[in-house]
Amino acid sequence: MEMVLEAELEKKKKLSQSRLADKHIGRRNKKNIFFKGLIVTATVISTLPLLFILFYIFKQGVGALNWHFLTHLPNPVGEPGGGVSNALVGSIMILLVSCVIAIPIGIVIGIYLSEEKRSRLGYYCRLAVDVLQGIPSIVIGIIIYEWVVRPMGGFSALSGSVALALMMLPSIIKSTEETLKLLPESLKEASLALGVPYYKTIMKVIVPTGLSGILTGVILSIARVIGETAPLLFTAFGNPFMSTNILKPMSSLPLIIFNYATSPYNDWHQLAWGASMVLILMILILNIISKIVQRKWKVQF
Amino acid sequence: MITAISYKSKQINFKEKAFKKTLALSAIIVVVILLAIFFTLLINSLPSLKAIGLKFFYQTTWDPVSDQFGALPFLVGTLLTSFLALVISTPFSIAVAIFLGEYYKKGPVAEIFKNIVDLLAGIPSVIYGFWGLFVLVPLVRELEMKLHVAPYGVGIFTSSVILAIMILPFSVSLSRQVISMVPSHLKEAAYSLGATRHEVITKIIIPYTKSGLFAGLLLALGRALGETMAVTMLIGNTHDLPTGIFSPGNTMASVIANEFTEATGRIYTSALIEMGLFLFVVATIINVIGKQIIKRFTLE
Repeated sequence: MEMVLEAELEKKKKLSQSRLADKHIGRRNKKNIFFKGLIVTATVISTLPLLFILFYIFKQGVGALNWHFLTHLPNPVGEPGGGVSNALVGSIMILLVSCVIAIPIGIVIGIYLSEEKRSRLGYYCRLAVDVLQGIPSIVIGIIIYEWVVRPMGGFSALSGSVALALMMLPSIIKSTEETLKLLPESLKEASLALGVPYYKTIMKVIVPTGLSGILTGVILSIARVIGETAPLLFTAFGNPFMSTNILKPMSSLPLIIFNYATSPYNDWHQLAWGASMVLILMILILNIISKIVQRKWKVQF
Repeated sequence: MITAISYKSKQINFKEKAFKKTLALSAIIVVVILLAIFFTLLINSLPSLKAIGLKFFYQTTWDPVSDQFGALPFLVGTLLTSFLALVISTPFSIAVAIFLGEYYKKGPVAEIFKNIVDLLAGIPSVIYGFWGLFVLVPLVRELEMKLHVAPYGVGIFTSSVILAIMILPFSVSLSRQVISMVPSHLKEAAYSLGATRHEVITKIIIPYTKSGLFAGLLLALGRALGETMAVTMLIGNTHDLPTGIFSPGNTMASVIANEFTEATGRIYTSALIEMGLFLFVVATIINVIGKQIIKRFTLE
């Protein structure tokens, strides 16, 4: 009799315990689901600004965008219409010159860093690249003003190019280094074992193999500086007319966006929206090109 | 024959040496550029350092006409906007990092959100400012009317919101990188003990990645301190000490952007460059510390 009672009691105890456990697990599960919901909601909210910005710029810019807009100079205040051809040409020229400056230097330094993994100079160089990357863009503007604009005696597109080149340099160096580091050592050893000199091994074997990665890095660095405004304020300065002389002030898309956006005139705002849309389209296209390059020419080991 | 070979090998040897020298030289160039940047800033801010001294950091009047250069309002503006931006963006950036680093590591959902974050990073500062001027400013003005504060629309708060959006992709990419480095055996051990995903995230992942996440925040702060264009367009550009988060103000970077080309007089220009020097030094310190923490974390 007593045994039966005890067994009954034991059963009841277990039941209540498992119920308690059930309740506990239920609470933990609910917490788990709630937490996931929180994360997903916050993530979706974080993406809303991008959608709003893109939507708004397309809405405002699509009306302004046409052939006339791309091939004409901005009209004076009070006359609607006009275009941003000077800024478009200016942006492209400034960028081309900065590419000519930054790409060779960046790739060479990237090669050095990927080759000298443990040297003291390599350590300081890497540190310097990190610091260079973190310098506020406005400070780059001041520096180039002191280094180029003041000695040359005036604002020039060239000084703007130097400023942008300085901003491109760290990301080109980093992407080159990262790409070349991932190549297998055996590749280099095979080439050296065949008696190929070191410099030829690097230039003819290592660099071509990593070309897609290097190119992707270069394209992304262009996409990053194409919209930079702050370093151009005291260097390229801007120019309301068409100019192709790199020793004279030149306009560029981000500069006219800044100048027209902060002006009180509606016609100029319209030009700025159009220019913003052109700029965003250029950045999108550069990003897509970089993805294509990455996918098409990917070398895998 | 032999002389020909040795001649050729000499030539190769020469090229070899020249190549290695060029590589090393280019590496030295970067270090030299960095030092040159620092010394250019320092030398050009000497006149102001001498004339103003420490008053630069605690005086509140910025009046170029009477040669008074107190940068305290701009210092306060810079710190206020940056920290406020960090406070606004941190919950979101950590959430996105957990989303991409833990819940959706692969697959179409992850791809979509990764691309969105990348695009967010790709939008130029000036376009953020332009958008903020036409969309955010009216919204903030309405909010200010409801709160019964002076409805400027532009000001510290507006700039902070834009800054928060701008630094989000940066801290997301760092935090995601850190979160994805949590060893899977730790997570699996927790799962095998019956932990839920929520518990794994809050009790394993976050404590493990604490230092890395902190470094991510630090680097994002460094980014926010030097951000120029969007803030210049949205902060209102007054020279007074900000009285609250809704009041207009100015940051160091935006003062430089607004006044550098118009600055006349040696001390005026020099005072602006001194602000540049300050930004450079602070950004460098933050960067080096942040990168060190991340490096140590990665090595562990």
